[in-house]
Amino acid sequence: MQLIACPWCGKREETEFHYGGQAHVAYPEDPYALDDEQWAQYVFFRDNPRGPFTERWVHAAGCRRWFNALRDTVTHEFLAVHDSRTDQPATASTALASQRRKGQEAGR
Amino acid sequence: MNNPFRVRGHGHVDPDTTLSFTFDGRTYTGHPGDTLASALLANGVHHVADSIKYGRPRGVLAAGAEEPNALVQIEAPFPEPMLTATTVELYEGLVARGLSGQGRLSDRPDPARYDTLHAHCDLLVVGAGPAGLAATLTAARSGARVILVDELPQPGGSLLGSQELLDGAPATTWAGDVIAELGTCADVQVLRRTTAFGHYDDGLVLALEKRTDHLGAAAPAHVSRQRIWRIRARQVVHATGAHERPVAFDDNDRPGIMLAGSARTYLNRFGVLPGRRGVVFTTNDSAYPAALELAEAGVRIAAVVDAREEVPEHWRTACEERGIDLRAGHVVTGTSGTGRVSRAHVAAFAQGRLGDRRGVDCDLLLVSGGWNPAVALFSQARGALRYDAEAGAFVPAQPLDTVRTAGSAGGTFTLSGCLADGADAARRALAAIGGTGRAVSLPATVPLPATVPLSDGAPAQVLWRVPSPRDGQDGTHQFVDLQRDALVSDVLRATGAGLRSVEHVKRYTTIGTAHDQGRTSGVMTSGIVAEALGVDIADLGTTRFRPPVVPVAFAALAGRNRGELFDPVRVTALHPWHVEHGALFENVGQWKRPWYYPGAGETMEEAVLRESRAARTGVALMDGSTLGKIDVQGPDAGVLLDRLYTNVMSTLEVGRIRYGVMCGVDGMVVDDGTVIRVAEQEFLLTTTTGNAAKVLEWMEEWLQTEWPGLRVHLTSVTEHWATIPLVGPRSRDVLALVAPGLDVGNDAFPFMSWRDATVAGVAARVCRISFSGELAYEINVPAWYGIGVWEALLAAGDAFGITPYGTETMHVLRAEKAYPVIGQDTDGTVTPQDLGMSWVVSGKKPDFVGKRSFTRAENRRDDRKRLVGLLPADERVLLPEGAQIIATSGIPEPPVPMLGHVTSSYRSAALGRTFALALVRSGTERIGDTLYVPLDGRTVPVTVTDPVLFDQEGTRRDG
Repeated sequence: MQLIACPWCGKREETEFHYGGQAHVAYPEDPYALDDEQWAQYVFFRDNPRGPFTERWVHAAGCRRWFNALRDTVTHEFLAVHDSRTDQPATASTALASQRRKGQEAGR
Repeated sequence: MNNPFRVRGHGHVDPDTTLSFTFDGRTYTGHPGDTLASALLANGVHHVADSIKYGRPRGVLAAGAEEPNALVQIEAPFPEPMLTATTVELYEGLVARGLSGQGRLSDRPDPARYDTLHAHCDLLVVGAGPAGLAATLTAARSGARVILVDELPQPGGSLLGSQELLDGAPATTWAGDVIAELGTCADVQVLRRTTAFGHYDDGLVLALEKRTDHLGAAAPAHVSRQRIWRIRARQVVHATGAHERPVAFDDNDRPGIMLAGSARTYLNRFGVLPGRRGVVFTTNDSAYPAALELAEAGVRIAAVVDAREEVPEHWRTACEERGIDLRAGHVVTGTSGTGRVSRAHVAAFAQGRLGDRRGVDCDLLLVSGGWNPAVALFSQARGALRYDAEAGAFVPAQPLDTVRTAGSAGGTFTLSGCLADGADAARRALAAIGGTGRAVSLPATVPLPATVPLSDGAPAQVLWRVPSPRDGQDGTHQFVDLQRDALVSDVLRATGAGLRSVEHVKRYTTIGTAHDQGRTSGVMTSGIVAEALGVDIADLGTTRFRPPVVPVAFAALAGRNRGELFDPVRVTALHPWHVEHGALFENVGQWKRPWYYPGAGETMEEAVLRESRAARTGVALMDGSTLGKIDVQGPDAGVLLDRLYTNVMSTLEVGRIRYGVMCGVDGMVVDDGTVIRVAEQEFLLTTTTGNAAKVLEWMEEWLQTEWPGLRVHLTSVTEHWATIPLVGPRSRDVLALVAPGLDVGNDAFPFMSWRDATVAGVAARVCRISFSGELAYEINVPAWYGIGVWEALLAAGDAFGITPYGTETMHVLRAEKAYPVIGQDTDGTVTPQDLGMSWVVSGKKPDFVGKRSFTRAENRRDDRKRLVGLLPADERVLLPEGAQIIATSGIPEPPVPMLGHVTSSYRSAALGRTFALALVRSGTERIGDTLYVPLDGRTVPVTVTDPVLFDQEGTRRDG
């Protein structure tokens, strides 16, 4: 059970949070200027990188606030969480990501 | 003492108290401090059970959780299967029997209590052996918050099984002193009989505390039997020790064959001699103290067989002094015996070749193939392992930032080394969290060489298996995993079949999949596979360790979350009334909702027909309090709702109500409900009962992430209100009686409006909305007044035959009118247009969530599935919800073209027949057609109709 550092409440268990997918996918300025394929890109398509990924999370069973986070999709390590109003890092993790990744690969 | 194999002067059992127990139908005695295994051995009982596959007799191999053989079923005081005799503490009245691989769960409910506790600490130390105690003491004296967990009832770990001296006294004295000091530290918690079984992310360690298991029938009922500790530790030290591993040789599974260190533990911890005449087979120094201590205690050691040519001088001398026959460069190639080992076959072994065999009589064969650090927890914590060629074992490659090992768990095998390593690990752990570990003076160990030290001398020889003197050398009698009855030949068959990974070999052979997780067999398997494939074991690696480290009962994992506490139950303010009046309940999310109210002798079908008849012809009422309610306040409330609903909400007048649908960006229906305008800057919207939290989260998501500039606040007020729909042609008469101050006339109080009123003396908000198509009022009062108003309505309606109805009748009434239930008639692929509700989609608004998708080519297809009604040709046939719909009366060859499925299906009192709603491809165009529903091997013809089957003109809603 991972801990996620809510920018408002501090570290809480991951079951208190819901995942909101890739961050920085804004609602299009003018949806009607987009053709079907461009619109489908907004509705259905998201990045799926191996490594750091900027995501949205909501502290659903806590303060109900949404925030952005930088998470390593290999290790699940949260590298940073952001206050989504300013999108500035709220806390910085000591980044165990590379060490964990090594451990995982050795265990594979 | 009347145990024939008990020796005085050894062990930590209480010889003055005798416990009586029964094993396999025979009664024996033991002492407090015994395990079931030690008590059996004290009585000379080695045979515990026969093996699961080959039915071979098996005995006790080990003294702890690594035991592969001695599985037992506890029968009394309460049945519990699959326990290892080596970890069951003896108690008065214990009744057990040996198990051949499989036990039996109790057929009665477990009366014991189980619970869970959360704990937080700076440092968690797992294991109270020398390294763990040194680590805990160091951290405790530095003022850190420390938790120490240990699986045994008393501290000391490996010290309990040895005769080591610390500061000139028995090592267990030091262990006791440390525990006593820890007891004086306010921030230190010591948990005995507690096994850490899982190490998860961010310092979460789960541990199982056995609190009253050892008390048997005397366990107090108010104390939980077992407890799961959920420990969050900033730093963790694994001082988990090491497990001895055997060597594979022919017939290495007979009772009387035991790990050397375990035999030493039986002597020193329990005062038990595991035999009278022993042979010791070793590849390393660690078996010598076992041989010498057992010899001192009275076991005749017939031979020490050391696979190494070079044996340290002090061991040679020690053996000579005691007249022990030491055979260096020899191995045990096999055994004889019926029921128990009676002879070991010994042969010289050099350059991979066996010399002539000679038999040595014995009733005890001790084996040591080296020690495997207990790295399961470290590996679970994603610590990397490396192969240590000298020890022939996998050891932690390097510590993690928050997890480190200490003592033999990290590959340090001397007592002085373990003590220093433990203290050092604690200091490093504290330093990592910004603390300082105080130096602690550690007790003095006896320096080497001495007569009886722990191993610290010549290098061990790594030997996985002895060549079989049988023809073919295929290991058909050499056991690797004793519990699974898996042989060396099974491993070779796996590699012969082309398997190259130990993970695959594990699954092919089942080695390591039993309760013991392959503690005695896993590394041996890697070694044999590496030899068979001619690869380096360091490259091959070992199988992945997964939690739990030891078997954990589901009852313990469930804890208090059983029965009524399994899941939170939400009940409305009216719930006691429903219970009192015989309602049957339906679970809707976590809510309990009245399903129907059966009268005396009434079936569900009869009750629902009666309830719906009352609603259509007289007056009826239900508990609608579970509807989700969200209060939306702020200057921009209307703007937010306009963007989220498909229709316009901002133009709604105060006092009016509008039905609305929300869609996702993909244009699919998310939820529906009514929106009432309470004030210029306040709306109250309702959601589907099971969707309330989801809708609130959905709205918050848009508000916070897309439109943070909107000045709006969202608040869940679901439980603030008791909501009572009053339904039927006579509902206006009933309302007039209880709300004399309210003008209930159709012009004064029209459909889709709301009024503040006093209902039965209570300030209420009355809404004229209908989920049945009938004249109806929804009366909302603060939850506190719910029952009073409900009972006043019943009293006022008595003359009109007022009838309470449940969710089943509600569904019949709404389905007759084709009002969809989101999540039942929709499944996330359904648009408002598919539901025949284009009217709810605004054409005026420039944009709202979902609008752009309505013009996607996929959404404009004319063969989309649409909501339609279905009338079975046989009006008695009730179609099952979920049933598929096809075009032909015969079922064609698969794949059968599916046209859609039934989403709702009921018997209707108003229609006098069954009917259904369905999503059917091009459904609107098929109205009037006959389609077919496969059912019980035949097909049922159905006529496709308009979804609204009752009062299509909507004449009834105004009464």
